[in-house]
Amino acid sequence: MTTSGSDVTVESVVRRVVARHRGERGALLPVLHAVQAELGHVPQEAVPVLAEELNLSRADVHGVVTFYHDFRREPAGRTTVRICRAEACQALGADQLVSYARQSGLPLGETTADGSVTVEQVFCLGNCALGPSVEANGRLYGRVGPDKLGSILNGTVSS
Amino acid sequence: MNNPSHATATVYVPRDSAARSVGADEVAQALQHAAGAGDFALDVVRNGSRGMLWLEPLVEVVTPQGRVGYGPVTSEDVEGLLAAGMLDGADHPLRLGLVDELPWLARQNRVTFARVGVTDPLSTEDYEAHGGLAGLRAALELAPADVVAEVTASGLRGRGGAGFPAGIKWKTVLDCADELKFVCCNADEGDSGTFADRMVMEGDPFMLIEGMTIAAHAVGASEGYLYIRSEYPDAVATMRRAIGIAREHGWLGRNILGSALDFDLHVRVGAGAYICGEETSMLESLEGKRGMVRAKPPIPAIEGLFGKPTVVNNVLTLATVPVVMAEGATAYEQLGVERSRGTQVFQLGGNIAHGGIVETAFGITLRELIEEYGGGTHSGRPVRTAQVGGPLGAYLPESMFDLPMDYEAFAAAGAMVGHGGVVVFDDSVDMAAQARFAMEFCAEESCGKCTPCRVGAVRGVEVIDKIVAGTHRDENLALLEDLCDLMTEGSLCAMGGLTPLPVRSALTHFPDDFLGGRRLLDIQPVQATGPRTEGTA
Repeated sequence: MTTSGSDVTVESVVRRVVARHRGERGALLPVLHAVQAELGHVPQEAVPVLAEELNLSRADVHGVVTFYHDFRREPAGRTTVRICRAEACQALGADQLVSYARQSGLPLGETTADGSVTVEQVFCLGNCALGPSVEANGRLYGRVGPDKLGSILNGTVSS
Repeated sequence: MNNPSHATATVYVPRDSAARSVGADEVAQALQHAAGAGDFALDVVRNGSRGMLWLEPLVEVVTPQGRVGYGPVTSEDVEGLLAAGMLDGADHPLRLGLVDELPWLARQNRVTFARVGVTDPLSTEDYEAHGGLAGLRAALELAPADVVAEVTASGLRGRGGAGFPAGIKWKTVLDCADELKFVCCNADEGDSGTFADRMVMEGDPFMLIEGMTIAAHAVGASEGYLYIRSEYPDAVATMRRAIGIAREHGWLGRNILGSALDFDLHVRVGAGAYICGEETSMLESLEGKRGMVRAKPPIPAIEGLFGKPTVVNNVLTLATVPVVMAEGATAYEQLGVERSRGTQVFQLGGNIAHGGIVETAFGITLRELIEEYGGGTHSGRPVRTAQVGGPLGAYLPESMFDLPMDYEAFAAAGAMVGHGGVVVFDDSVDMAAQARFAMEFCAEESCGKCTPCRVGAVRGVEVIDKIVAGTHRDENLALLEDLCDLMTEGSLCAMGGLTPLPVRSALTHFPDDFLGGRRLLDIQPVQATGPRTEGTA
């Protein structure tokens, strides 16, 4: 398989990433993070290459990829919005944000048909005194009400 | 220039991610823009947060009288603040006064958090000028066993929640004969209501590096790993930069500060698994495996990372070690009560008016924290309950708020201080829903290794649903009790073992929510703007 617009194969990306982490003890997680950073997800074709490179069984690699919430087996939308549903944010109405997203046609765990947005839940972003909290493409927002979530989902928030 | 009394004013705007979540970057940009336009002469320093999070973004200006605070500041306020003479500490509706003298801060006893919010987190000059490295220098003068003895004498207990004495753990590692030993810092702060580890890593990263280096000297370790959860990208970036700077200055690497100590430190990023906050799961994850709990024994101090003797401590524990070594065990031990020595960093979150960091000696009551420091709820409604010690901690009713915060008093009352996180709820909370969530969370995040946790949590959700629906209520209440016993006694680690704590406390203190006796209040959620439903249900 090739990624769009170039002749970079999954295999070549994986081998290059592994080479970069060769000297590290127990390198599978840093390697998976790096593969996902380059490809946007950890494709199935990466598993046998990882197994071969790191001298692990395919089952071991598959087991790790599927254990951790962060590793995706399919690409996410261009924007990923994560709504915190841990207790501190629940105490300030996080569930209303989840309902709002659902009513806007963005249920948790799903990506819009045009591939623009994926909405997910997360348990704690460490912003428990300024909840409800939402993270969008790595950026943290505090005191988020439905209006602000709407702006974030529409990509119109600048502050 | 509009600030004649200063050549160039120094203005602090936090870089802490909580402050950034409510606009600190935009405030800093607006200030820099004003400076760039030549209207005002100012330097912006991005400090950590003082921990008064309801005042963020909290802007501080250095004046001859001290640092004057303004907050919470939005980028739209900046022009008016500058025009009003903020750079000279002038009056303005957002002016808070001298920050060090604000009662909320002045009443605290900041030991671990002494520098957080005060200094530029990545300035080595700032760090040393504010007492940094004194602990490491003192430790390097001592033999490893004497460092361990000092930490033991301080009474410092693990701040991650379990409260195990740090010195005893260190002695076990020191006494192992292996050539290769590790120091691992558990920075997988996954519990809701806790953010002190994040604030230390973002606000005073050299302190954690110094603490880990002291631990390495004390036990004979040559490598360290800092396992940070992926939900904390700012902490990851700050720690990586701080480690690079520390290496350049000879604070890490070979012959640290000219001594015989060799120690290097690596950041590892988690991948979104709550269970990796459990120490043995974290070790599995560091080894590149699924984060599944290990049975103990063997304890990690003897067979830890890659089977080698390993110190595993939480961020706050390791970050407190430098001050213990700098000031001496006695100074630290004299703070606190009974067997809870030193200070605890309480974290006030959830539905609270004045949320943030309260570092104070053990023994303060929950009521003082919630009412005096916290100022009641953010919503303005009555407080109904507080969950203390994270998602595996008990929900306490207001009638128990006079309990002193110490490990033993809380344990005796069927609760836990844990890591000192306090999450406040107002009277709109449905406690049956919270109990159900505790089970649901356990089902979602269980590593799956042991049956009581993996299956018990799923069954727990079902049984609570039946109780709330009124289906064979007595039988199902008995079944829930039985299930909670089994999970408590039969789980390998605290995930399954403590999930019954929030469930049982909710049931014990708020039975009406489960039994249909309390009609749930017809309350609009705090920030909802949807169509209001008039009338009663």
